[in-house]
Amino acid sequence: MIPSSFHSIRAVFKRELMSYFITPVAYVFLVIFLILQAFFTFQVSRLFESGQADLRPFFDWHPWIFLFLIPAVSMRLWSDEQRQGTLELLLTLPLSLTAIILGKFLAAWTFIALALFLTFPVVLTVLYLGNPDLSAIFCAYIGSFFMAGAFLSVGIFTSALTRSQVISFVLTLIFCLLFVLAGYPPVMDMLGTSAPQSLASFIASLSFLTHFNTFAMGIFDLRDLVYYLSVIVFMLTANGILLVNRRS
Amino acid sequence: MIEVKDLSKDFNGKRAVDAISFTVDKGEILGFLGPNGAGKSTTMRMITGYLPPSSGTAVIDGFDILTQPIEARARLGYLSETAPVYPEMSVREFLLFCAEVRGFSGKNRDRAADDAMDRCFLKNVVHQPIHTLSKGYRQRVSFAQSILHDPAYLILDEPTDGLDPNQKHEVRQMIQAMGEAKAILISTHILDEVEALCPRALIISEGRIVADDSPEKLRRQDPDYGACTLTLNNPPPAGLMQELSSLGEVRKEHPDRDTNTAKLHIRPRQYQPDLSSQIEGLCRRSGTGINELFISQGRLDTVFRMLTTPKNAA
Repeated sequence: MIPSSFHSIRAVFKRELMSYFITPVAYVFLVIFLILQAFFTFQVSRLFESGQADLRPFFDWHPWIFLFLIPAVSMRLWSDEQRQGTLELLLTLPLSLTAIILGKFLAAWTFIALALFLTFPVVLTVLYLGNPDLSAIFCAYIGSFFMAGAFLSVGIFTSALTRSQVISFVLTLIFCLLFVLAGYPPVMDMLGTSAPQSLASFIASLSFLTHFNTFAMGIFDLRDLVYYLSVIVFMLTANGILLVNRRS
Repeated sequence: MIEVKDLSKDFNGKRAVDAISFTVDKGEILGFLGPNGAGKSTTMRMITGYLPPSSGTAVIDGFDILTQPIEARARLGYLSETAPVYPEMSVREFLLFCAEVRGFSGKNRDRAADDAMDRCFLKNVVHQPIHTLSKGYRQRVSFAQSILHDPAYLILDEPTDGLDPNQKHEVRQMIQAMGEAKAILISTHILDEVEALCPRALIISEGRIVADDSPEKLRRQDPDYGACTLTLNNPPPAGLMQELSSLGEVRKEHPDRDTNTAKLHIRPRQYQPDLSSQIEGLCRRSGTGINELFISQGRLDTVFRMLTTPKNAA
């Protein structure tokens, strides 16, 4: 009996999502994520004292929090399979590699979406305090969700490189840090003075940060969405190529 | 039919499997033997599509594992040597996942998982997380996974490894029952198991097939096949010894110390089906009584050792 690819993706997706919640990892992650969000938004950026009912101080921290937390979500996706030997099971079941990769990726992405959803009290807070632009907030959430997808796609790729979760975590952190720093203002200033203008703006355009800023300002630009989707498709394809060529 | 065609695998320039070809038909249980590192698991991993072969391919029920991997794998059940299972899941959750991936849904999915648990004696650990189970149980969970979709083709890599003698017996009976309708390729180190289960055995050594025959015929390659061991009531007279030497190579063995008996081992220069009656005749004529006569049927492990020990060592 050959299952449809939708059926296969769903089976992998369900197992993967369930495995987050079987262990305490998911709950620990959610708690840390929410505490960090609140700490940076209210303590560091002083949302209450800014006197403005918008969520810029909240969203500006997302890339930096993702930088440390998303590698923790993605690190086990393939390295656990390799360590436990279940890769042999998974790859001898009637599943296409595409279905497995998509199932795993979507499960992790759904988990991040849940974490983002649980930040809703911040939205309620500004709604209580003033009259924020809800469409801008919604737009920033969309941006944050797609940026998280890009972080995750890097993470799932490095996870296939190694049997060790720790190595996967560190590699994802380094890769993503480069992607973030390329659009970080101090770095852009430095590049602006030492490199040709076209090169500097090209590097900045590759950054997760640059594309997120437009979303965070409440501007929905299709180009930014296409950028994140291309990063995701590129990294997932690279992941597939990596797995096909393992040990040959 | 499982057709293995010229399968080869190189690891870092070293040839692990060297152009192996064979077929397994439905209703056949093929024993796959060889010392550790001979390439058994590597061959099985290539047939199941886990390892890409360096050259050659395997065809399952007409579907090539390289060009139509999903169709081929859907028809296969595979128990890997390492019995891979997700340790954090419970036995039932794990088997439900496998059933779902195999295309079962709803009630059929539950039934497939429950049947597999019944057949593999897992009823009393249904809700236990797999990491709390012993090796034997993990092995059975993995076995349940491989037969859950009632595949027509089974690849079993050391299925009785880690089981206690009772469980080994049960699993063998199960394999034997399934062997009537399925094509089964089974690797094992237990030669008794091969003799009990497999009408045909394949021995590989250093990546090549060195024997492909029934265990019975393989045993005949034992130089001791057809040799006689006899215990005489009293020491044989010199005349008898000489006559016996004309039949074959005679070796005196240590008799029991407290008796007056003698123990002789006679190995014919070539196989003689009537060796025992010739010996009996000679002894009767010389008036020496035979207490015990044993005809060697050959031993599979001797043949196994002969075929798989590197020639240059001898």
